[in-house]
Amino acid sequence: MKLTGARIFLECLKREGVDVVFGLPGGAVLPVYDALYDFPGLRHILVRQEAAAGHAAEGYARTTGKVGVALVTSGPAATNLVTALQDAYMDSIPIVAFTGQVPTHMIGNDAFQEADNVGITRSCTKHNFLVKDGKDLAPTIKEAFYIAATGRPGPVHVDLPKDVLVKEWPFEYPEKISLRSYNPTYDGHPGQIKKAASAMLRAKRPVLYVGGGAISSDAAAEVRRLAELTQIYVTTTLMGLGAFPSEHPLSLEMLGMHGTYYANMAVHHSDCLVAVGARFDDRVTGKVEMFAPNAEIIHIDIDPSSISKNIQVHIPIVGDCRRVLARLIKEVEGETREGVPSLVREARKQWAEQIARWKAEFPLRYDWDDEVIKPQYVIQEISNLTRGEALIVTGVGQHQMWAAQYYRFKHPRAWCTSGGLGTMGYGLPTALGVQAAHPDQLVVNIDGDGSFVMNSQELATVYESRLPVKTVIINNGYHGMVRQWQEIIYKERYCAIDLSASPDFVKLAEAYGCVGIRATKPSEVVPALEKAFSTPGPVVVDMQVDREEDVFPMVPAGGANKDMILERPNKDVKAKAAKSQTGF
Amino acid sequence: MQNGSEPKKHTIAVLVENRFGVLSRVAGLFSARGYNIESLSVGETLDPTVSRMTLVVRGDEFVMEQVIKQLHKLIDVIKVTDLTEENHVEREMILLKVNAEPASRAEILRIADIFRAKVVDVTPTTYTLEATGDETKVTAIVELVRPFGIQELVRTGKVAIARGAKARGRKAEEKLGKVVEPAPASKEPVRDIGFED
Repeated sequence: MKLTGARIFLECLKREGVDVVFGLPGGAVLPVYDALYDFPGLRHILVRQEAAAGHAAEGYARTTGKVGVALVTSGPAATNLVTALQDAYMDSIPIVAFTGQVPTHMIGNDAFQEADNVGITRSCTKHNFLVKDGKDLAPTIKEAFYIAATGRPGPVHVDLPKDVLVKEWPFEYPEKISLRSYNPTYDGHPGQIKKAASAMLRAKRPVLYVGGGAISSDAAAEVRRLAELTQIYVTTTLMGLGAFPSEHPLSLEMLGMHGTYYANMAVHHSDCLVAVGARFDDRVTGKVEMFAPNAEIIHIDIDPSSISKNIQVHIPIVGDCRRVLARLIKEVEGETREGVPSLVREARKQWAEQIARWKAEFPLRYDWDDEVIKPQYVIQEISNLTRGEALIVTGVGQHQMWAAQYYRFKHPRAWCTSGGLGTMGYGLPTALGVQAAHPDQLVVNIDGDGSFVMNSQELATVYESRLPVKTVIINNGYHGMVRQWQEIIYKERYCAIDLSASPDFVKLAEAYGCVGIRATKPSEVVPALEKAFSTPGPVVVDMQVDREEDVFPMVPAGGANKDMILERPNKDVKAKAAKSQTGF
Repeated sequence: MQNGSEPKKHTIAVLVENRFGVLSRVAGLFSARGYNIESLSVGETLDPTVSRMTLVVRGDEFVMEQVIKQLHKLIDVIKVTDLTEENHVEREMILLKVNAEPASRAEILRIADIFRAKVVDVTPTTYTLEATGDETKVTAIVELVRPFGIQELVRTGKVAIARGAKARGRKAEEKLGKVVEPAPASKEPVRDIGFED
């Protein structure tokens, strides 16, 4: 059977089970759009800027576990997409991005809308391909989906020259692929798992440190089982939120720069730290020499290069988190009595008491104000009204940290945030991808006023494609996180942070056909959210919050986690923070 | 990560898919992660779908562990071996265009003879010498002819191969059915880094 390259492309997507494509057409990729005109069974969502196609694919992928797909043209479209690719690369999100390319005979001639697409995306993808021959098209697409979804997931980019899309080629979809150079390890080494089990049973002050890998491998049930079985406290990273319920008695919530005091103290004092699909990011560890200094470190990760990259690991286990944890559970089952290993019963009791003291001493807190909306309160009310059942997406900044701290997470794959790259503008496009995958669920985009405007053009997409995303802007009229750093670390020398000239977000929403709601007083928060969540279409809520609220606790970059700043600091603390920053 | 040992030179053999773009993936990895390549040479192997790169990299043990793991993470990389840790042979070839005035012509030839170098081109005023050897030998011949005036010099970068009967890359080739005769079992444990936990 002979088909055009464009038709082969669509047939391949169908066979990979793709139901939604996020894209934006242009010259080089027009043959695909021409074939899409009468191709059944594939929904195309037209975004308004190409990075949004990538982020939407990320949101789709993170919340479904399937591979997300973006389709854009050559040149500027491909370069716009780069941010989303790097974002997906750092957070291990499986997406396949297709770009158009000038015809093969024109590659390298500086043709119109030509860029060295594969050269540009090489360092921000797990792998990339340039398809120069139509007979390679189907096998390449198959490999692209396979590579994106397996091992440590990540973005794969496929560059499609126009002539390959136009010409007819014999089509046969490969049933199998063999990549001799790519064989991820899924099952952990049994000897290492035994060693890890015995270390966990011996430990007096163990902590589970769970990252995004536990979400990617769908290991939440195993994390919970292991924690309950061995009575080990659990802290999660920003990417790992949802892998363990926030309100579980063993939960320490998030650790790291803006993590809870008790999580950071527990990790600092632990004698056995079990990292599950986490990569010891600098926002988690703070000063590495001072991170969990007395702990025997067990690291479960599917990517061998994550192990002993930042922190020396004592018991490395390369493998899929879910499979390794299942084996680990088998090993520790039967070795515990009422969840506590008998050898360390007394020590564990003291450890639980210590953690309870830390929790009582410095819980997450903020000062209530009757007149001004506290941003933390908005997040608490979102959490209450949705009962933790919504799909939450954030932008990047203070609001992201407050969302991570104050939202009560119940489920995995219900939280999308830009962790590694910290991409402002991630919120709305990602939320629309999430909504496209879950048309009947409540999707809330908690955004910042700085972050939101970086991709606010996607309001047109959510309106046009009937994606009822609820955006709640935590509007403080500042680049708040930058302001916070300038306040605490740069001696209040505020520079280029004032956003008080932002547009009227209610009018902006209305201009795009969405519903706009504003709240300026604490008493208006709940009614505004209730109205937003019960309105059928896309909504933007402009929450005008306390302009100078800061995120606490906080570890200044390069500082040690045990030296957290717990509340608005005085001069001495600021001087110390400034020092830690310049020393970094 | 704290440095655990003194940085030293490592010779790494990398088997890769013989495909468009692989060299830039490897080179890009080094620049992106801030590792330094001292030399790199590439060529086809027995199996034309597989190329072999020999990289010389300087780093302490942690850097080297990362280099090897990161190389392995590249989809097109089939196998990575650090040859430094085992018995191996390293060779480099050099071509030297040296000033050869009548007074010094005989002396240059004598030096060439001592190093078993060949004269591959001759003009009334120059000799072009070809020499192969390990790093010390190649450096030594350069130093010895330097006083005569070197006009141009080109080095291939190192290639290296493990000593003994066991072949590197055989496994990859076996998968393709290219190797018929089974490899004789080696008594020595061979350290292949990157994959085992």
